[in-house]
Amino acid sequence: MHPDLTERILQHLETTDKADTLDLAALFAEDHQKIVGSLKSIQAHGELVTAETVTHKSLGLTDEGRSVVEHGSHEALVYDLVPPEGIAQAALMTAGGANAKVGFSKAMSHGWILVDKSVTPPLVRRKVDTITDVVRSQLQQVALGKGDQLPAKEVADFKKRKLLQETTTKSFVLARGPEFATTLTKLETDLTVEMLANGLWDQLKFKAYNFDALGAPPTRGHLHPLLKVRTEFRQIFLEMGFSEMPTNNYVESSFWNFDALYQPQQHPARDAHDTFFVNHPAKSHKFPQDYLERVKKVHSVGGYGSKGYGYDWKLEEAQKNLLRTHTTAVSARMLYKLANQEGGFKAAKYFSIDKVFRNETLDATHLAEFHQVEGVIADVGLTLGDLIGTLYEFFRKLGITQLEFKPAYNPYTEPSMEIFCYHPGLAKWIEDLHLIEYGIIDISV
Amino acid sequence: MPTIGVKRDLLFEALGKTYTDDEFQDLCFAFGLELDEVTTEKQMLTKEQGDVAVAANACEEIIYRIDIPANRYDLLCLEGLVTGLLVFQGKLKPPKFQFVEPAKRQVLKIDPSTAQIRPYAVAAVLRNVTFTQASYNSFIDLQDKLHQNICRKRTLVAIGTHDLDTLQGPFSYEALAPNQIKFKPLNQTKEMTGSELMDFYSTHAQLKQYLPIIRESPVYPVIYDANRVVLSLPPIINGDHSKISLKTKNVFIECTATDRTKAKVVLDTIVCLFSEHCAQKFTVEPCDVVQPDGSVISYPELEVREERISVKRANAYIGIDEPAEKLADMLTRMYLEAKVDGDSLVVKIPPTRHDVIHACDIYEDVAIAYGYNNIKKSLPAFMQIAKQFPLNKLTEQLREQVAQAGFTEALTFTLCSRDDIGRKLNKNIDALPAVHIGNPKTLEFQVVRTTLLPGLLKTLVANRKMPLPLKLFEISDVVVADESTEVGARNERRVVHGLLDRVMQLLSVPWKSASGTKGYYLQATEDPSYFPGRCANVMYDGVVIGKIGVLHPTVLQAFELTTPCSAVEFTIEPFV
Repeated sequence: MHPDLTERILQHLETTDKADTLDLAALFAEDHQKIVGSLKSIQAHGELVTAETVTHKSLGLTDEGRSVVEHGSHEALVYDLVPPEGIAQAALMTAGGANAKVGFSKAMSHGWILVDKSVTPPLVRRKVDTITDVVRSQLQQVALGKGDQLPAKEVADFKKRKLLQETTTKSFVLARGPEFATTLTKLETDLTVEMLANGLWDQLKFKAYNFDALGAPPTRGHLHPLLKVRTEFRQIFLEMGFSEMPTNNYVESSFWNFDALYQPQQHPARDAHDTFFVNHPAKSHKFPQDYLERVKKVHSVGGYGSKGYGYDWKLEEAQKNLLRTHTTAVSARMLYKLANQEGGFKAAKYFSIDKVFRNETLDATHLAEFHQVEGVIADVGLTLGDLIGTLYEFFRKLGITQLEFKPAYNPYTEPSMEIFCYHPGLAKWIEDLHLIEYGIIDISV
Repeated sequence: MPTIGVKRDLLFEALGKTYTDDEFQDLCFAFGLELDEVTTEKQMLTKEQGDVAVAANACEEIIYRIDIPANRYDLLCLEGLVTGLLVFQGKLKPPKFQFVEPAKRQVLKIDPSTAQIRPYAVAAVLRNVTFTQASYNSFIDLQDKLHQNICRKRTLVAIGTHDLDTLQGPFSYEALAPNQIKFKPLNQTKEMTGSELMDFYSTHAQLKQYLPIIRESPVYPVIYDANRVVLSLPPIINGDHSKISLKTKNVFIECTATDRTKAKVVLDTIVCLFSEHCAQKFTVEPCDVVQPDGSVISYPELEVREERISVKRANAYIGIDEPAEKLADMLTRMYLEAKVDGDSLVVKIPPTRHDVIHACDIYEDVAIAYGYNNIKKSLPAFMQIAKQFPLNKLTEQLREQVAQAGFTEALTFTLCSRDDIGRKLNKNIDALPAVHIGNPKTLEFQVVRTTLLPGLLKTLVANRKMPLPLKLFEISDVVVADESTEVGARNERRVVHGLLDRVMQLLSVPWKSASGTKGYYLQATEDPSYFPGRCANVMYDGVVIGKIGVLHPTVLQAFELTTPCSAVEFTIEPFV
């Protein structure tokens, strides 16, 4: 920034002990702001100069004040407008213009004019023959820079009349600093390959870092926070030896979503206000027939040790398509496959994390579609202790070890439970998993 | 999850012990209930009606609001809850319900006309009952709770309770034309016909919801006594004549229904829970219900079923190792009286436990009595090498890479409006193989998306204020109708973003050169969603797998976007 100017200032200071920037501005015929700017540049390079802040108060003319200097004070002008024979007051006012009123009252108080009320209309006459326009001459002094010679009373008065204004100017008094030099050395910003190569880094001066500023954010992509959780849970399941189920089918039949899971056909959850029913395509038609017959039987009259629900099971209900309300529908399909695969049933562990749909009105804590985490273990001789143990390990991998299991009711799992875990961050118990898949193997397969 | 409100002090009095809120919470927890809220009637009224003035006269007594599992009808009132808890704590033996035969049974005859509207009916009598204000309120509340739950808002079963001493049997259950029925409904002063009743109650806050159950029927159900006094017009309202008061001593209970099984469960529940107020506790007087075909069935059934379970299996199922006597004791505490018989247990399932329909229900109760948190944690013994679902594995890998390339992942709704995939993309909704929802609650959920584009465009609009460029991606499923599948639709995993070449590189799919046969390439095409001349099909192995291009300004306008937008969407399923 204005290298010439900075150098000139420095050179000036070499021979002068103290210099006020205002004086420098006059000396170099430059705008004071430029001088200040150069000063800042110098200061950025180190302690070459010292700068002491100084405030100057100066008097200056306002526009009105300038007009007075040029044309004369308002009262003098009014005086001049009064002819020897006098003039009607109204006419005087009109002739005097905007400042006539002020001028008139001042002229009256100075005793330059009088109002003759002996005639009608009253006339304004000169009282004295000549006047001296003191105001004008005093303001002229200010214009010449001799404002400080005016008595304070006059100054206050002129300020009140808005003829004068006081301006404050801040300037700096400069002197040589500890690192004084007559030239500015350029500060380097970064180390370069060349500097390393030729060893010049040792001799060069480097600009100071501003450690209070944040770094520039790098361009980056982002993974969705919910999906990051999904990835983590998926990882945990895989670590625990669970295989992933194919859940890429949002549209499901009521048969797999409800009937195969022993949700009776009149159950409230099958109501239109909890489930999204699909009207195109409206119905499924392919079911494993003998399995369907078994399901029908257990619903209506019982079987496999169950009393059943005691109602007429309808195929049309089971055919209705919907958007799955839980991924348990997929689990049911998997278990069916597992039981009927070639080579017979083999123990297995499955999991899935995928979208499910509920026909709810949206609010701060409810969505119509959300992710469900599901785990299934199928084997002979599994115990409730195994289920609780597995859940405990799952949560342990999330860093949660304080768990309490509470009995609960769920139409298609028996026993069922809810898990409450202690969240160390929130310092309270929160209800976690709602439903646990358990015990289906015995009945359906 | 039904919730009941019980006055805390009455509850503790009946339980014979005072608890702190936390202690009671723990007891509920162990039993399978949840203490949802500690409040007062005043607070509840203020919450419900928002009117402090109305609640000003209400009680300041503490009320416990307790969550009851949906299948435990026997816990839906203070009486049932107390009995359940006392039995659970071993302080009370499970009550045995007994019939007391009267000199002459009450008879309820079902007329064939009822088959048109509400075919089934059951009845019972509770003798020498003493009501207090508290037990009277509890009686009414229980009926209300049952109506809301198992009775499915009175559509399946409707309950009517009457002062037997004001009536004369035999009773007759008929279905008549609305104008043939005339009586004074409960708490009214005027007599009304069936049709007048419909009009009268059409503005009643509670009852108007039940009117549609029978309103359009040519005949309405009605129960008369021998003097043609109307007991009730189910499921709407009882008659004023037979209303129950604090002075009532003998109660006649009738349930009419469209589901016979549920009617039986409801009747059993009411008599079991309230027979503790009879002079002879836990006794019920049976009634004869004459069926349309002339056969007579005695109600209530109060069936005590016996199930035999193996001690070994019960222990193995849960993962504990308790001797038979201990298991029997635990079951008895769960209201399922059990006796040891060799290596089995003979379990009596009382009429209050209609929720027990399989051996595993019994095992669950053993586990609850043992305490879920007391069961030793174990892990399944078998070893399995886990497999990832290949499509998901590919998705996870791609997600990582696309994010590293500087794109931000979005997760958008699967459901959207018809316009979102149709008009706004300059496409005709009827020509698309979309899955339509039959009962959407809002416009936003009319169809299942066939493309990921609208979701991402809406995300862009919501983030207009963010600095450009905005680079979004999503790898997720769309659904297309497909008759060849079992359900008529299938999911397709798609990727949308702006980085075709890099993804193809990751998938190791070479750019198809003029001479080669394998690989991907672009083929210029016109598509109404894209700017003319700026759209191409993404081809792989000669098949169209997606589209790439600059979106058409009208599409941008439809989604209220003001900056140009380019996108590529294609399916990754061929690459799994």
